[in-house]
Amino acid sequence: MEIFNARNIVKQFSNHLALDRVSINVPKGGIFGLLGPNGAGKTTLLRIINQITAPDSGELLYRGKKLQPDAIYDIGYLPEERGLYRKMKVGEQALYLARLKGLSRKDALKKLKMWFEKFEIEPWWDKKVEELSKGMQQKVQFIVTVLHEPKLLIFDEPFSGFDPINVNLLKQEILKIKNKGTTIIFSTHDMGSVEELCSHITLINKAKTILEGPIDKIRNTYAPNEYEIVFDGEINLLTATLSSQYKFLEHSKKNGHSIVKAKVLEGSSTNEMMKALLNAGNIISMNEIVPSMNDIFIKVVGESNINDKKKK
Amino acid sequence: MNKVSIIIRREYLTRVRKKSFIIMTLIAPLLLAAMFIIPVWIMTQKDTELKKIAVIEDGTRIFEGVISSTKYLQFEYLEGVALDDIKNNFTDLGYYGILYISPKVTYIPNAVQLISTKQPPLDLTMHISGALEKEVERLKLETYDIQDLDEILKEVETSIKLQTIKISEEGVEKETSTGIAMGVAYICGLLIYMLTFIFGAQVMRGVIEEKTSRIVEVIISSVKPFQLMMGKIIGIALVGLTQFFCWIILVFIIISVAQSILLPDMENLTQAPLPDNIMSSSPVAQAQPVDMQNLSEVQQIFNNLGNQNWGVIIFSFIFFFLGGYLLYASLFAAIGSAVDNETDTQQFMMPITIPLLLALFVAMGAFQNPDSSIAFWFSFIPLTSPVVMMARIPFGVPGWQIGLSMMLLVITFIGTTWIAAKIYRTGILLYGKKPSYKEMWKWLRYKI
Repeated sequence: MEIFNARNIVKQFSNHLALDRVSINVPKGGIFGLLGPNGAGKTTLLRIINQITAPDSGELLYRGKKLQPDAIYDIGYLPEERGLYRKMKVGEQALYLARLKGLSRKDALKKLKMWFEKFEIEPWWDKKVEELSKGMQQKVQFIVTVLHEPKLLIFDEPFSGFDPINVNLLKQEILKIKNKGTTIIFSTHDMGSVEELCSHITLINKAKTILEGPIDKIRNTYAPNEYEIVFDGEINLLTATLSSQYKFLEHSKKNGHSIVKAKVLEGSSTNEMMKALLNAGNIISMNEIVPSMNDIFIKVVGESNINDKKKK
Repeated sequence: MNKVSIIIRREYLTRVRKKSFIIMTLIAPLLLAAMFIIPVWIMTQKDTELKKIAVIEDGTRIFEGVISSTKYLQFEYLEGVALDDIKNNFTDLGYYGILYISPKVTYIPNAVQLISTKQPPLDLTMHISGALEKEVERLKLETYDIQDLDEILKEVETSIKLQTIKISEEGVEKETSTGIAMGVAYICGLLIYMLTFIFGAQVMRGVIEEKTSRIVEVIISSVKPFQLMMGKIIGIALVGLTQFFCWIILVFIIISVAQSILLPDMENLTQAPLPDNIMSSSPVAQAQPVDMQNLSEVQQIFNNLGNQNWGVIIFSFIFFFLGGYLLYASLFAAIGSAVDNETDTQQFMMPITIPLLLALFVAMGAFQNPDSSIAFWFSFIPLTSPVVMMARIPFGVPGWQIGLSMMLLVITFIGTTWIAAKIYRTGILLYGKKPSYKEMWKWLRYKI
């Protein structure tokens, strides 16, 4: 079941097309990655989801119904361009932003206390924001975003400005929130965290969707059908055993084991490859080489750019 | 609506708690009160130093003893001394100056010279010329050989002090003073101009602060840009009103205190320098209540202050302040949204500054002539009406004019707010480029 759908969203600014019939379908309860190179239109799309701007055309559905203005109470948004009032005290400011999200003063205070304790930042309450470091400010912003327990959370580059320890802390919190059933839209350039966190992605480039779907499926689609085989035995024997249906890419030796990378050519299958291997020596492991999201990103965006140029 | 009130609360509280606000609130009325009190104070302080003036005539002895000495002015008639004898050393002899009267004075008005090292004060020259005029008049009359001339002269001596009475439509008479009306008009006009600028600029700075600190996108994911803009504008308007009311109360207190301290002083003062003009005519004074007019000049100022139609003035002031402020503040907000920092605001400030300055200039003219056609028309044009109309109201303006002007103002600020909101909602999310007017025109036509 999907919690949010955007269908054929078009947004035209005076001199460029920011979104060209982009659609996204966000399944309920997972982490959805919205990916794309700089200037692809991600922020515009996120602003449209948050009803900060309106699309020129297209349809927005929240829980299967047309998106209503009061949906903002259900949504928490951590924009990429984020900041706080520099002269205002941390606690007062967090309270203000929480109340704008519709929390009562009492509820907001209670929840803020809990989060400040969790992040061990109670001493900051009466400090002015300008006294905090950037990372500290980001923590406060994270708290304010999730405080009203929205059903849909939108994070745009949530980890920028954090040290690895805090990135980890934040990831844990995001996963905890996800496990409670909250849906998260996650926009980032950090493909490592996409692999780690996301279940579905949509990749936009130059205002258009170029790739979408569950992350496992995508990675399999882009798998080059290559395998890494670790075994004890002679490489020559193996090469002789494997017929022309397979192609050797490289081989090396490590810790006394031989490592071979081979591609299964068309007309053959992994089973047949394994059969052939059984005769060649003592197999320790055989793994499919799955491309990283980073590789896929570079490949898909690169291809899309080339196609674009050809059209022109 | 609830969210707007949360925003208003923040905008209001953060500003009212600032030290600069508290200082401004306390100091401004002191300055304003000083504008009233210092001139009066100066009046009481002047001429405490005794000035000795040598009077010299060229050959004749017509004017001996003609110019009477006062508490602070002493005239010494030097007989047989030529001007050149003391011209160079009169200060050493202890004289403030030399009054040289040529016998030609009866037919050449400028045949009298007052020689001094410093610029003589106005009341000194008036005292001298007044006394001489009277004497020359008397001399001229004497040549007609009229019997009992002195008696006749005393009897005809008259002093007129114009009292202006304004009759309201209900037929209630009130004594007014053009001077007071001008003072009130001046303060009202100037105050509207200043407040509009000060608080309008605060709106602009607030918008720029939100933009540069990048909090704006966080906020407008919870509220509409229009709500944020209006919350800010209204919050700052309340700050302005708070300050205004504090000022009124403080000014009232200061003036009441000043009134009780200064009034006894004033009675003594008015008696001192004036006796030869008025008191000498006392034998026929029964015909005129001279004393009442002069003893209580300051009292009259306060009475006249009380006679101004304060209800109308304060109501219109608040209305025109709010109307003018709302009109300009929304434009200030639009400018703030379009730029990245305050230094970039210059080019867009021009179209706002010019009508406001123009309004101030027209208002300056309106103090002189509140019903001139230029003051009349500019008090209807919404960009200038708050300042100009406030400069006219203390002189009395027909109700329909005030009403029409207010109506036009309301319609216009609704219009400018609508336009400003469109620029604002686009501007606040754009960083890094300084927009042109052309670009802003495009923003007006964007869909949300």
